[in-house]
Amino acid sequence: MSDWLPRSAAGRRWLGLAPSYFVIGIFMLVPMIIMGVFSFLEPNPYGGVKPVGSMAAYVKLFFEYDLEDQLVFNPGYINIIFRSFQLSFGATLLCLVFGFPVAYYITLQPENRRNFYIYLVTIPFWTNLLIRTFAWIIILGRGGVIETPLLAAGIIEDSLRMMYTDGAIAIGLTYSYLPLMVLPIYASLEKLDFRLLEAASDLYANRLEVMTRVVIPLCKPGIIAGCILVFIPCLGAFIAPNLLGGGKKLMLGSLVQFQFASARNWPFGAALSMLLLSAVVIMLIFYARAAKKRAAMEGDG
Amino acid sequence: MKRVLTIFAAATAMLTVGLAKAEGELFIYNWTEYTPPELIAKFEKESGIKVSVDTYDSNETLLAKLQAGATGYDIVVPSQNFVPILVREGLIQKVGVHSLPNYKNLEDRWKKPEWDPEQEYTGPWQWGTTSFSYNSELYSGKGASLKEFFEPNDQVKGRLSVFQTPDEVVSLANIYLGIPFCSEDAKQMKKIQDMLVRQKEYVVAYNSETMSDLLASGEAIITNHWSGFSRLGRLTGAPIVYAYPKEGVVGWYDSMVVPTSAKNVENAKKFMNFMMDPVNMAMLTENQGYGDAVKGTAQYYSDELKSAPEINPPADLKVFFAPTCSPKAQSLIDKVWTKVMQ
Repeated sequence: MSDWLPRSAAGRRWLGLAPSYFVIGIFMLVPMIIMGVFSFLEPNPYGGVKPVGSMAAYVKLFFEYDLEDQLVFNPGYINIIFRSFQLSFGATLLCLVFGFPVAYYITLQPENRRNFYIYLVTIPFWTNLLIRTFAWIIILGRGGVIETPLLAAGIIEDSLRMMYTDGAIAIGLTYSYLPLMVLPIYASLEKLDFRLLEAASDLYANRLEVMTRVVIPLCKPGIIAGCILVFIPCLGAFIAPNLLGGGKKLMLGSLVQFQFASARNWPFGAALSMLLLSAVVIMLIFYARAAKKRAAMEGDG
Repeated sequence: MKRVLTIFAAATAMLTVGLAKAEGELFIYNWTEYTPPELIAKFEKESGIKVSVDTYDSNETLLAKLQAGATGYDIVVPSQNFVPILVREGLIQKVGVHSLPNYKNLEDRWKKPEWDPEQEYTGPWQWGTTSFSYNSELYSGKGASLKEFFEPNDQVKGRLSVFQTPDEVVSLANIYLGIPFCSEDAKQMKKIQDMLVRQKEYVVAYNSETMSDLLASGEAIITNHWSGFSRLGRLTGAPIVYAYPKEGVVGWYDSMVVPTSAKNVENAKKFMNFMMDPVNMAMLTENQGYGDAVKGTAQYYSDELKSAPEINPPADLKVFFAPTCSPKAQSLIDKVWTKVMQ
């Protein structure tokens, strides 16, 4: 052993992990700190920031100077944030409704087929999200894959106008992030001891009760992980709202983009990102706590 | 067929890479679908310089990228109203375009324009107009007035498409309402805001990319459009007509400039000079269908382009070029747009 290596096990572990600390530090913390600092500066009228401290970006979240320069309460941004949460919640719910049965079905397959199905679930990731979202325009759009046969069969007379609606955004988001729901649920269902299901049936639980009182509680960590993995990217989603929603109502992601491009208000864009980040961190802390509690309980048992 | 040609051009470009190394590289950052591959292949063949093209979707994105410290681009192509901003922010450099050999080919009316009075920075790319287009099979109007775009009739309800960035939309609104460009008057801007909010009831999408597709599928009946881009849509067979409203249209002039952080300034100048050769500029115009600012290009145009209504506006058309707005005027524009989008 060389002399310069740390003696203690903890020291060695630290050294072993040093590269990952370094990568996380440079590529995650530093940009976040830059964003945080920028959110407390003044905007430069032509993009960038002036090195002058200011709370204006955070004031702007709730108040605005109207066209006559009066400071008034402005629910506009709050509405946009609320709308983003609402839509993300809806998309997460849809992902869960479609994702859980898929994961469950895969678990019930013989072992050699399971890997193949999981492989199928990951196939969409091979193609760029932008292209896959464009495909939905062809599917949902006027004269598209859904409408054309219905029109030809005389079932509908005019366009269903499915594109450029909130529904189209929800479909796009659900489609984009469905695999992120299926995979963690599958991971926890795979470990499920199916003898427990038989035991439950032996004890006169009907099918619904087996599902709600045995299967779902046991794979709760997977469900929660899946929900978080879907909810978070939905909050900042940018492609689906723009392409499928027609950019008519700003979402958080588009709002942030607008601040950096058209509006040239980088501090406000940074403040919005900080807000988004805090929401995500709070959710993750919640999750970590719940997981810890569960681990402790299982430890007791 | 076009795709096959593109692949062929790319393959040819790859074969010349070995040769290109010696002459160095050129990085172009241009609008989406604004740099014909065949033009780049020709330049690479003649100069031995290897060219890479990256794209952006708006002047605002270009400005934000350069402000954020993006380096490595040798040529970028902003519109006229962004040139003074890029100069003031120190983001582009003087390259003495007026002393390039082919500068003599530039049309006199485009020499030393107000946004670059000494022609130190800018080499010509394309100029054109912004207005709106309509699907002539679905729309009974004639595109005679901007009223049809801003205060459309019920035929257009839920089938109007407007650009995604405020710049040109607000400029068109200025023309329609007779309000001066870059107004700093809150009352005047309120009028524009109210009109755009009312217009929103008719809007199906805010879109700056797939306008021709929207018109072709009938998803939209009227869309904001650029003259040459509208022609490209029409050439695919869709019944798209570019409107020349009586109030006038917004004009723009895109030019090549060299960022301060450019590494291959000499190659950038070679490319600028190359583009001021009428044969090469005609190739660009043929592909894009906007106007060019180089003398003697028309003889190389195809018959189709020569007679295209999109580059042959009525003689009495009023074209207004938007100047660079003051920060105060710009922030009013942003406020209006944010309100409309909420």
